Amino acid sequence: MPIILPEEPTPIAKVPSTENKTGGWRTFRPIIDYEKCIRCYICWKFCPDTAIDFAAPEKHPAPKDALKRFDTVEINYDYCKGCGICANECPANAIELVLEQNVGGEEE
Amino acid sequence: MKKILTGNESAAWGARLSKAKVVAAYPITPQTSIIETIASFIANGEMDARYIRVESEHSAMAACIAAENTGVRTFTATSAHGLALMHEVLMWASGARLPIVMSVVNRAMAPPWSVWTDQLDTMAERDVGWMQVYSENNQEVLDSIIMSYRIGERHHILLPSMVIEDAFILSHTAEAVDIPEQKKVDDFIGEFEPAFKLDPDEPAGFGSLIMPEGPYMEFRYKMALAMEDAKREIEKAVEEYNETFGRNYAPFVDEYRTEDADAIMLVLGTIGSTAKDVVDAMRKEGKKVGVARVRYFRPFPTEEIRRIAKSTNMLGVVDRSYSFGPGADLYAETKSVLYSHTDVPVKDYVIGLGGRDVTPEVLRKLFDDMLKIANEGVVDKEIEWVGLHGDERWS
Amino acid sequence: MIEIRFHGRGGQGSVIASKILAKAFFMEGKYVSAFPYFGVERRGAPVTAFTRVDNQPVRAKYQIYEPDYVIVLDPSLLKAVNVLKGIKKDGTVLINTIHSPDEIRKTVKFDRVATVDATSIAISHRLGSQAAPIVNTAILGAFAKVSGLVKIETVMDAIREAAPAKQEENAQAAKDAYENVKIGGE
Repeated sequence: MPIILPEEPTPIAKVPSTENKTGGWRTFRPIIDYEKCIRCYICWKFCPDTAIDFAAPEKHPAPKDALKRFDTVEINYDYCKGCGICANECPANAIELVLEQNVGGEEE
Repeated sequence: MKKILTGNESAAWGARLSKAKVVAAYPITPQTSIIETIASFIANGEMDARYIRVESEHSAMAACIAAENTGVRTFTATSAHGLALMHEVLMWASGARLPIVMSVVNRAMAPPWSVWTDQLDTMAERDVGWMQVYSENNQEVLDSIIMSYRIGERHHILLPSMVIEDAFILSHTAEAVDIPEQKKVDDFIGEFEPAFKLDPDEPAGFGSLIMPEGPYMEFRYKMALAMEDAKREIEKAVEEYNETFGRNYAPFVDEYRTEDADAIMLVLGTIGSTAKDVVDAMRKEGKKVGVARVRYFRPFPTEEIRRIAKSTNMLGVVDRSYSFGPGADLYAETKSVLYSHTDVPVKDYVIGLGGRDVTPEVLRKLFDDMLKIANEGVVDKEIEWVGLHGDERWS
Repeated sequence: MIEIRFHGRGGQGSVIASKILAKAFFMEGKYVSAFPYFGVERRGAPVTAFTRVDNQPVRAKYQIYEPDYVIVLDPSLLKAVNVLKGIKKDGTVLINTIHSPDEIRKTVKFDRVATVDATSIAISHRLGSQAAPIVNTAILGAFAKVSGLVKIETVMDAIREAAPAKQEENAQAAKDAYENVKIGGE
């Protein structure tokens, strides 16, 4: 077989970093309790991997009427590395860290 | 006392046992754990030294130069881009005749980014007037630092040294390392007696301007003589070190089963260690091969390489770097010193760049190729890049 | 020569485990070498580390491709990494998991499989944080049992000397794992 050389003269990344799904690194999974969540978005601000996204209010309905018109948040487990900063920062203690093994489906 | 140490921890122990008084360094992978280990030695009171945090490698070397100029022993460590950033001040250190010792962890240059081993970083600094010694295991890293102080600090030498180890293959690999007794090291190196130093009582300036008709050339010539004289000092130091500490180093070239070899592999660094296993295996099959691992690249072991080349039918030079000139560095210099001395066939194998693993299987193929050349007396290709993707001859 | 490969994630101590195991063998008079396959290590990313053991000095300076033993510190890696890659036919895989060897064989198609719940052992000895239990010392105890190549007392001594903190807890975790490891086919 002939020598295979790269096409480009130097490495040029054309694959967006979103292709690198870092969720597999997690030991613990943060899980949001939407009953407790006060829609403050502090978790969204602090997430170092921007793995927390906004979602429409009706996606996870808030228990209190006063909160129902606000967007809610969702953790994107494709990228969340389980650092736990969101759970640490959450003023309502609405995020729990659960051992991935106990969430199930680990060794399929 | 034997401890399980990485190459980097061994380097830190070398600096500690040599009682370096000033350490100035900037972190870079894969060197960082050398200066982290030294920082903890100092913090724990196990090493009496001043640790200077600096903002770059250029500043690290500048700080070592200034400190050494005041008459104290200094140490630093770096890799790849950090070494390249030091380039200017490396020449100041040697031109100012300051016997600084520096650990260099061989790492490939970017781009493409790589933190893994190859020798382009140190080869690119071969002309800066520093001695360069390459290691095959962690014991040699530690021992070479101690010997380098002793050799460099002789008043007729006064040259700095790079003690070089392969990234990860040594820097992050743990092995059993014998840590020599402090008292014996003290006796071996002796107190640092600077040939000259900054002294407020006797003000002086160093490194002044010299006009073209002044002795600029003469100072350079003295450096060239010192680099040659260093060979005698290296021989003496290695002999005494072997005797004192129970080692078995060759001063310049570590020869393994070369005495009656049909083909000899000339190589720097850890590839030489793996190659010894391959030599043993091939000897059992009746294939007469040997390996000559070059320890000192500066000063260059001209006489040893000529003798080795004349003793065999083929010399295969294995380079873990490429210089974009007439072959890679060890090859080009080897050819240069052999010219008009012998016409033994010489071939350059460029291998393992960017840390690509060099296995016994591929080394065996190199030896087979070398034996074929030894037998036929014809070099098919002077410079061969080994193991490029798709090239199945070596895989 | 015995070659051992560790699979873990950055921060779990795979590299330290490879060194402590080397130290234990060294204490029993063997020649050793321990090293990481060094990516740019990140907490959580898959990490591989290696230990070589021999009766003569280890001159081999290259990666391990055909290990005799594979030690998996993090069960989630079984999905992410082919832990069986290159393992010798008569080799052994040791996995940190809550499952038995028979259960785990459904995922890891290999004859000789041993399992130990090193995570629970580490947590019970308060090793590491709840968020990141340090299982590297416990699993070495299990290795002593599974391999029979090194005494558990030596492993415990090596841990006591090498562990940066909680030396006794780490040593006891190894002992617990030694006693509780389940070896497939027995």
